[in-house]
Amino acid sequence: MKDRIGKWLVSGPPLLYLIVFFAAPSLIMVLASFRSPGEFGGLAPLRDSAGHLDLNLESYARFFGEPLYWGIFLKSFWYALATTLICLVLAYPLAALIARSDKRHRDLLLLLVILPFWSNFLIRVYAWMIILGPNAALARTVNGVLALFGAEPVPLLFSAFAVLVCLVYVHLPFMVLPLYANLEKHDQTLLDAAQDLGANAWQRFWRITFPLSLPGVYAGAALVFIPAFGIFAIPDILGGPDDSLIGNVIKQQFLETRDWPFGSVLSIVLTLLALLLAALAAWVGRRSVGRLAGGDA
Amino acid sequence: MRKRPVSLWAAAIFAYAFLYLPLVIVVVYSFNDSRLNAEWVGFTLDWYRKLAENNEMLLAAGNSLMIAFVASLVSTVLGTMAGVAMYRYRLRLLPILVLTPIAIPEILMGVSLLIFFVMLNFTLGLVSVALAHIAFCIGFVAIVVRARLAGMDESLVEAARDCGATPWKAFAYVTLPLIMPGVIAGALMAFTLSIDDFVITFFTAGAGTVTLPLQIYSMIKIAVTPEVNAVSTLLMLLTLMLIVIASKVSPTLLRAD
Amino acid sequence: MALLDIEDVTRRFGDFVAVDGVSLSIEAGEFFTLLGPSGCGKTTLLRMVAGFDLPDGGRIVLDGQDLAGRPPEVRPVRTVFQSYALFPHMTVQGNVAFPLRMAKTPAAEAAAKIAEALADVRLTGFNHRFPHELSGGQRQRVAIARALVTHPAVLLLDEPLAALDAKLREEMQIELINMQKEIGITFVYVTHDQTEALALSHRIAVMNRGRVEQVDAPDRLYGLPRTRFVADFIGTCNLLTGPVMEASGGAVTIRVADLGPVRVGSEAQPALQSDGAIALRPEKIRIAAAGNGGTGGNRFAGKVTGLLYQGDVTVYMVRTEQGHALEALLANSASGLARFFEVGDAVELSWPADAGHFIDR
Repeated sequence: MKDRIGKWLVSGPPLLYLIVFFAAPSLIMVLASFRSPGEFGGLAPLRDSAGHLDLNLESYARFFGEPLYWGIFLKSFWYALATTLICLVLAYPLAALIARSDKRHRDLLLLLVILPFWSNFLIRVYAWMIILGPNAALARTVNGVLALFGAEPVPLLFSAFAVLVCLVYVHLPFMVLPLYANLEKHDQTLLDAAQDLGANAWQRFWRITFPLSLPGVYAGAALVFIPAFGIFAIPDILGGPDDSLIGNVIKQQFLETRDWPFGSVLSIVLTLLALLLAALAAWVGRRSVGRLAGGDA
Repeated sequence: MRKRPVSLWAAAIFAYAFLYLPLVIVVVYSFNDSRLNAEWVGFTLDWYRKLAENNEMLLAAGNSLMIAFVASLVSTVLGTMAGVAMYRYRLRLLPILVLTPIAIPEILMGVSLLIFFVMLNFTLGLVSVALAHIAFCIGFVAIVVRARLAGMDESLVEAARDCGATPWKAFAYVTLPLIMPGVIAGALMAFTLSIDDFVITFFTAGAGTVTLPLQIYSMIKIAVTPEVNAVSTLLMLLTLMLIVIASKVSPTLLRAD
Repeated sequence: MALLDIEDVTRRFGDFVAVDGVSLSIEAGEFFTLLGPSGCGKTTLLRMVAGFDLPDGGRIVLDGQDLAGRPPEVRPVRTVFQSYALFPHMTVQGNVAFPLRMAKTPAAEAAAKIAEALADVRLTGFNHRFPHELSGGQRQRVAIARALVTHPAVLLLDEPLAALDAKLREEMQIELINMQKEIGITFVYVTHDQTEALALSHRIAVMNRGRVEQVDAPDRLYGLPRTRFVADFIGTCNLLTGPVMEASGGAVTIRVADLGPVRVGSEAQPALQSDGAIALRPEKIRIAAAGNGGTGGNRFAGKVTGLLYQGDVTVYMVRTEQGHALEALLANSASGLARFFEVGDAVELSWPADAGHFIDR
């Protein structure tokens, strides 16, 4: 009995706080998606002049009716996918190196990977503004080379390229950590046995290391894909007018166009997709762990 | 010692360079005697001087620190409670509410809180930002505390009860001291997250309130000067210090990820 | 009246019955051991006495008071955990003082009790060390001191010596015996190591699959096992099984496959043709060279198929003419009749009827 009281005493306050400031706003947003936009933006009153509840499916109809928005979701999906894959390719050697290092070096190496993450997000985006800027060394070199071939100068900044590079940059640590956590547990003797049986380095990697690392890959992919899917600051700062992703559209709807019901619809679709992907990642992760662990799991 | 082929080293070094070069450039150019962040002209501390006189920036910094202080305090208390509760009891709702804010894109929390505050006619300002920060920081603290609890020897709590301690006393005299490093690390993490937050703050700050990240954002969008580099460098220094302290206090903090 | 009465206690985890209607009476001042293989329920039973687990059925009565509903912190029992569970953030002094703090003992009295407890475990002067600065044996003694400092009625020990190496374990065993005798507190000791149990205890309860097979003093458990499990678990044993041929005149004869009729002295009256068993300890078998006629009712010829030299004794594996395998033990310092045997030697095994023990279960 005392335990019940204790349970509520300890879990109560955070539960209450999160219900008020997370669950309630989320539900309110769902409600908002069924309302009409206000005259001056925002939301129209819940009850119209006649006192009836003003709820409708107009915003949803608009979303499902206009392929433009589907296209943006798709674009965001491709950006997120590309980011995830590039992060995987870059993060893998890094994670592998740390996993194979001496124990005393590992913590330091990990810290070095994480530190940039702890710098302000905007600073990291801004840094790429500098690097890709038209007057900076990189752009001038690239355009110089292009000029040699008689091609037009290509702006590195405010382009899809800039957005992608920055997306990868910002999310890289999230891929390294789960991969490392997985690779660290690998048994070197498995690889030794494979080598003994005649497998070369590539075969050892592809047939043993990589399959065993899949749970880490899935975890990292989830940690990169989902945030990247909903990003808005990077395209906002580094992207050109064609590079708007779903995050930008949502921001636009809420702060500029001020069509809040429609913005809510977009947000809800984004949330559902994100949750779906998270659940998928968890399910795939569990399955692969079970399979790989054989009878041990 | 395991085998480490050269190609692995090369790829890893490239990755580390990729991670740090941009930040190094920001820092280096903060001392650059040129308006353009293009090439090195000469060493100067002008930008830092301008920063010190920039009232808007100082105000924004002050706001950020105040919010971070309050947010980290409240979210540490609530997050520790959540972490303990999730570890000890079989709960269904709390873990979902605690972990979802971390799993979904930040923008979703930002816009939903915007609607929420406006609907309640709650003025957007420092308070609304602080409330928002607490909501997403709770999850981080809870995860760190729960991991710390999981690494603790359960039999110690039983031994305390065996020695005559009620469950509350066992928590106070044994569990809490042992997880304290995790709690402190969680607090420092929450502080850093709050200072650095952009997306959620963007939507919940309203027109008149500026925090450091928001100020940096408007500077980036409107008029880029190396003052941005200077403030970035200082901010990075602060964050670096906090994280180093946090990892000294709780050495497994970063591994718990 | 017994100090600790465990009455028909049961504990289930889903479909699995961990403790199945166990009843035990433990006397004050006894060194009582719960012995059995992993999973037999001994630790679960101990935890129920300590209060960390609640029985699904039955009662636990200490000093006449039912312990039901009383949480661990109010029970007058103390536990020494297998991992010692010393608080790493407190010194030895802090650890030993903890129960006194919880009981709000005044400072002067507490200081005296701490000094006494540390003296009892021979760790005087270690007050300001931290657990991580101590060796395994020292940590264990701090755990015992902490458990004893409030003079509990019963001390529960959960395999406390399991983590120590063999030499240290032997030393600690002797210390534990002496400590228990001096202080006079009732010990309830849990272990899976039967040699340890035989050495330390006044009485042992052998448990298997949640039930108590036999409760007895060590020598009676060894010499007069009441079930096949006990015979097999305690020491090494030749378990001879077969249908009962004859049961009269203070003796029972069973026919053992691949061996023949085996006679054992027993007052039991089992039904003829029922399944009977005889426990025969290896050291009770006399092994002699073939032809060197032995005394006693049971004689079988055989060949040595293997031997294990153990320094003080040698164990001989012998296969009889009909094919039954038996183990016989011979002290290597024995002079006179006994002669060392090699693999392949023809030997004769013999033992008197009263060397075995009849088990009808």
